[in-house]
Amino acid sequence: MSRFLLKGGLVLDPKTGLEKEWDVRVEKGRISELGSDLAQEADEEVIDVKGKIVAPGFIDLHVHLREPGGEAHETILTGCQAAVAGGFTAITAMPNTKPCADNEGIIELVKNRAQQAGLAQVFPIGAISKGRQGQEIAEIGSLYQAGAIAVSDDGSPITSSEVMRRALEYTKIFGIPVISHCEDLALAADGLMHEGKWSTVLGLRGIPAQAEEIMVARDILLAQLTGGKLHLAHLSTAGSVELLRFAQKRGIAVTAEATPHHLLLTDEEVQAYATNTKVNPPLRSREDVQAIRQAVKEDLIQCIATDHAPWSQEEKEQEYNRAPNGIVGLETAVPMVWDTLVVKEKMSFLELIARFTIGPARVLNLDRGYLAVGKEANITIVDPLLQKKVQASTFYSKGKNTPVDGRTFQGWPVMTIVEGKIVMRDGKVKGEKN
Amino acid sequence: MGIKDKDLLTMDQLDRKQLELILNTAREMKTIIKRDIKKVPTLRGKSVVTLFYEPSTRTRTSFELAGKYMSADVVNINTTASSVVKGESLKDTGMTLQAMGVDIVVIRHSMAGAPQLLGQYLQARVINAGDGFHQHPTQALLDMLTIKERLGGFAGLKVAIIGDLLHSRVARSNLIGLNTMGAEVWFCGPPTLIPPGLEKQGVRVTYDLEEAVSKADVVMMLRIQLERQKAGYFPSLREYSQLYGLNKDRLALAQKDCLVIHPGPINRGVEISGEVADSLNSYINEQVTNGVAVRMALLYLMLGQKGE
Repeated sequence: MSRFLLKGGLVLDPKTGLEKEWDVRVEKGRISELGSDLAQEADEEVIDVKGKIVAPGFIDLHVHLREPGGEAHETILTGCQAAVAGGFTAITAMPNTKPCADNEGIIELVKNRAQQAGLAQVFPIGAISKGRQGQEIAEIGSLYQAGAIAVSDDGSPITSSEVMRRALEYTKIFGIPVISHCEDLALAADGLMHEGKWSTVLGLRGIPAQAEEIMVARDILLAQLTGGKLHLAHLSTAGSVELLRFAQKRGIAVTAEATPHHLLLTDEEVQAYATNTKVNPPLRSREDVQAIRQAVKEDLIQCIATDHAPWSQEEKEQEYNRAPNGIVGLETAVPMVWDTLVVKEKMSFLELIARFTIGPARVLNLDRGYLAVGKEANITIVDPLLQKKVQASTFYSKGKNTPVDGRTFQGWPVMTIVEGKIVMRDGKVKGEKN
Repeated sequence: MGIKDKDLLTMDQLDRKQLELILNTAREMKTIIKRDIKKVPTLRGKSVVTLFYEPSTRTRTSFELAGKYMSADVVNINTTASSVVKGESLKDTGMTLQAMGVDIVVIRHSMAGAPQLLGQYLQARVINAGDGFHQHPTQALLDMLTIKERLGGFAGLKVAIIGDLLHSRVARSNLIGLNTMGAEVWFCGPPTLIPPGLEKQGVRVTYDLEEAVSKADVVMMLRIQLERQKAGYFPSLREYSQLYGLNKDRLALAQKDCLVIHPGPINRGVEISGEVADSLNSYINEQVTNGVAVRMALLYLMLGQKGE
């Protein structure tokens, strides 16, 4: 269908503050008209979206697609299916594949396979350092030319402040952000969960909040030193939020993201040694969760990002120590966050949608995340009243590793439109399910 | 009445009533251990598997004897001799044991939570014989039996647990059990070996050994491992011993009939002086006997009763 009319939805655009019951006409992959009471034209399907929210396409800037190398856990195809099922029209691909994306070849491969999948748009991220070893910076220029929109050694921190400094400086040539995984490895040691009452009760080695905060502080100071574009991945502690305030006060430009699981869950969830709660950074205390929520509300944290980290069942069906870190997020992010921040904490639709759209678009220098006539039609439609239970077994993602399986949330994506094509409708993804 | 839950994993599963039941049953079992012919037919036809992923002599032997004294068939699996070294997962090991029709599995594992995981794949009952730094319920029960026998009860007793509390499942289990029974528990050790978040767990913490031992009714010394020094938790065994070793002078600060206990094996001259270990206050050997009695009681309560 090349042409359709989205009728009667609440059209929201955080860039312009638009919040109107309008119609949206999509034609040849683009938004051709925006306005009230648009008349149906010949050979045009009218899609009734009354009571639904019509928003710019959601962007997830932190996704692990695992391919190449980890196809048992996810492929680019299944990851893209999961993305559009969860309402995302664009995602990034983190470079910690095997081999890792420290060279143009991997960037090309990811782009090509994503194109073949033809679902969500995929923006690859290159490695900061060769082999993600944190020793020498990778050929960031080549990565950029091949299509990398950011660099990150996500999963591993850049331990050397010197290397981090050089990365923040060198990327200024291209204007792309350095996405930092903040973790002082020596202090985190072999920790398995947040250090606190629960780590003591459960006898699991703790990771203190300071293991994150020390690196957040360092990176903020390096951003000040270099004027580089710093983005902080998956912030999880109240102390990190305080450091963001410090940066803001000093006028140091830095952006940050929070994950749905850090916005909703605490370390108490680890109680039964459910390995689907094992994630890095770990689920933190109630105070930390509150601080992260507050920072998202205040736009001190501009992006919600899933850190979608799929693992096969065998990997997670092990002793807590042995199970790998990671939670899948693409298919649960919107309802988890909507239920937590909009339904329970009364954040406005517009503000929350900004964290899924214009927030990540600005971090990645993407000219998207808003609605305008003539723009490529990337649209996410959310039913703000729909209540549904999470069923991990029905995920499109190969990874079923979610700690919220069986929980009910309100506010689900019901349609995903990428380049004018409806790729998800009522939870069903276009094409065959793999 | 027996043990309510399928698996015995942590001490918080046991309320006051259950603890009393286990300790009273254990006292009866002790009479069997002291007999000349140590065999009763109670668990005839029942199978007990001890699955040890960590070296242990006293806990494993004690479970084995407990089963045998009650005529159960006991099979010991240790990691070096089994398919575990071939990379079999705990899930598959559990399902294999299930298929063989065992009645109870006693597991020791270096990783916290492993008994929980095993329990999910087994219809057979599971007893945690020590998992990582998490729990060691049967050790706490035998310590509690030793205290109850010598001091009559728990209410108002000062129990000082001294040493490496960060890595101690014994201390965690004792804390819960002793709190349930109304004792006052103190943890004492260097700050590097005190776990975080103890404030709300009903324990008093001190870095000062003399404060901990002063007027104590029970002093429990924990084994200090040399590898902790290498990991940087304290500078040397010598200094550790000077600061946290129990000797006769320090013990003199405690109640006159203070019990000195230790989960063993002891490091003579490190956390405890030989003189104290061999003194009349020391019940370290009594603990070993009580270990067999407590494990007999648990096997009986978890396997021996019909119609549960």
